[in-house]
Amino acid sequence: MPFREAIRLAFQVIWAQKMKSSFSVIGVFIGVTFLIAVVSIVEGMNAYMTDRFATTLLGVNTFQLRRYPGVQMGDVSRETRREWRRRPRISFEDARAVVEGLSLPVVTAWESSSRADLSHDGKIAKDIEVVGATEDYFQIKNWDLEAGRPFSPQEAQAGQPVMVIGHELAERLFETRDPIGREVRIRGIPYRVIGVVETQGNLFGISLDKFAVAPALSPIKRIVNPARVVDALLVRAGSLEELDVAIAETEAIMRSRRHLRPSDGNNFSIETADAVLDFWGKINRVLMMALPGLVSISLVVGGIVIMNIMLMAVAERTREIGIRKSLGARRRDIMRQFLVESATLATVGAAIGIATGIGLAGIVQATTFLPARVAPWSVVVAIVLGGGVGVTAGLYPASRAARLDPVDAIRQE
Amino acid sequence: MAEQPLISLRGLTREYRMDAETVYALRGIELAIGTNEYVAIMGPSGSGKSTLMNVIGCLDTPTRGEYWLNGTEVSRMSDDELARVRNREIGFVFQTFNLLPRATALHNVELPLIYAGTSARERRRAASRALERVGLADRMHHRPNELSGGQRQRVAIARALVNDPSILLADEPTGNLDSVTSQEIMAVFGELHTQGQTVLMVTHEADIAAHAHRVVTLLDGVVHSDSVREAA
Ligand SMILES: Nc1ncnc2c1ncn2[C@@H]1O[C@H](COP(=O)(O)OP(=O)(O)O)[C@@H](O)[C@H]1O
Ligand SMILES: [Mg+2]
Repeated sequence: MPFREAIRLAFQVIWAQKMKSSFSVIGVFIGVTFLIAVVSIVEGMNAYMTDRFATTLLGVNTFQLRRYPGVQMGDVSRETRREWRRRPRISFEDARAVVEGLSLPVVTAWESSSRADLSHDGKIAKDIEVVGATEDYFQIKNWDLEAGRPFSPQEAQAGQPVMVIGHELAERLFETRDPIGREVRIRGIPYRVIGVVETQGNLFGISLDKFAVAPALSPIKRIVNPARVVDALLVRAGSLEELDVAIAETEAIMRSRRHLRPSDGNNFSIETADAVLDFWGKINRVLMMALPGLVSISLVVGGIVIMNIMLMAVAERTREIGIRKSLGARRRDIMRQFLVESATLATVGAAIGIATGIGLAGIVQATTFLPARVAPWSVVVAIVLGGGVGVTAGLYPASRAARLDPVDAIRQE
Repeated sequence: MAEQPLISLRGLTREYRMDAETVYALRGIELAIGTNEYVAIMGPSGSGKSTLMNVIGCLDTPTRGEYWLNGTEVSRMSDDELARVRNREIGFVFQTFNLLPRATALHNVELPLIYAGTSARERRRAASRALERVGLADRMHHRPNELSGGQRQRVAIARALVNDPSILLADEPTGNLDSVTSQEIMAVFGELHTQGQTVLMVTHEADIAAHAHRVVTLLDGVVHSDSVREAA
């Protein structure tokens, strides 16, 4: 029997027994749905981590010198936390020494931040991230301004009370009015708004547009940090290679300033996006390692169900098999008919699973911050697995059918 | 052309081994059937008629003895070779019609051609023609449950004919039909024989056997009598 004929026949049988067919493919359906949905969510998470999270928080080719890591992922023991708190902070002098000591051209900025309420003309914006920074902060952050300008080196040096604010904060305080030149108060201290940063979207659903940046030496230094220390020194190198050099030099400078012996560990932290991505990579691998197990369990169960359904089908259609044999069907014709039927059944289940998986990914995409994108490879794997399960599950029932004796089979009621 | 029979059976034996005992369904059949003969096989129930038809129809294989069809020995063939002979040389009509219930008359008749590897277009053409030959041109797209018993048997005959077989075998083809319909079916066989078809038919009704030109009687698995009548 030609292949096309076998497939046509398979669809006929599957369609004629819709209930039984849908029941028999539940296992494959669940396995494939799971495969597509989980892979697309993990891949979406991956893309998100790489494209947005790491670079948003830490920047491209950028490292941060801090007292302890700013982005903490995974388990950090109490012991470690205690050690972190004993560390000295990064002082103005530390920051200056590192910037002067670096041999390659780099862009650097100080960063200290805290949360505070901002007010304008009776309107209050609560719990805004207030950052004390130096003039190149905007460049390192890759922020473009939608209005006004960043503060100048002179304003930074002199500690002028000027401020650049985020898009959402500007909307909240000024609504449709132009914020430039208007006064904003932080704990009673008046600041003049000189720029608005264009929208940065959100991260894990949290807006990235609710901040205010002012010169580190301006009056907010009393809010954001104890005297003469910074939260972080941000250093952006020209390339990944230069980044490594700058990190090595920074480490050497800091160790020497703090008189650390070779046996001592660093009492400061140098953080890059890589470290964060590494950690994400670990989670990713765990997920991807658990996935085949979960998918194979449902596929094995699905295969067993299909095998039983096919054995039932062979028993029910013994007479049909006898008739076909009496008309000239060879063993391989009967074998093929039932294998194709079983494979088609499983593939239809897989196809519905793929559609559902894509649908789930779409729902996740639409309702959460995750850019869940369906991985083409997972669709291919799903189809191959589905068809493979079908063929495997069909082998035994099909060979039973093929070996039936025509005289016995045709006598079956 | 040397006179070589279409079918030649020599010492054909078929035994069924049940646990302890052995049932002898056929015990040394000697029989030759020529091209364009119309032979009726008669005999009491259990005399081995169906077993003989199954062996001649290549659905079953003999325990001992030889079966020659068209000059080739069928009794030594493999499963797949037998399937091929069933497909190309044999047209089998059963008492219970044995149509696929979900398929239309046309599709039922196409079945042997599917296994012969005939193209879809050619299949449809040959199947329609076979249905026309048995007078069912207007029932091609009906399913078996939409047809009368006589019509179902005609579909089965069309299916048996569609591959232009060397021999048409029928095991009690009127056994499930009333007498009027039986006569109609016998008329179809008679017409086919007139057109040159070799026919071998099992029956235990004398008036049915009367349509044949030769009557072979089985008794306890051996040929009891073999009589050729003058053509009517
Ligand atoms: N599959 C079988 N197993 C055991 N005995 C069988 C089988 N088929 C037929 N027989 C026996 O073989 C003998 C001939 O049967 P059969 O050819 O069906 O006779 P008929 O068609 O003339 O009534 C009977 O005794 C029957 O019981
Ligand atoms: Mg019988």
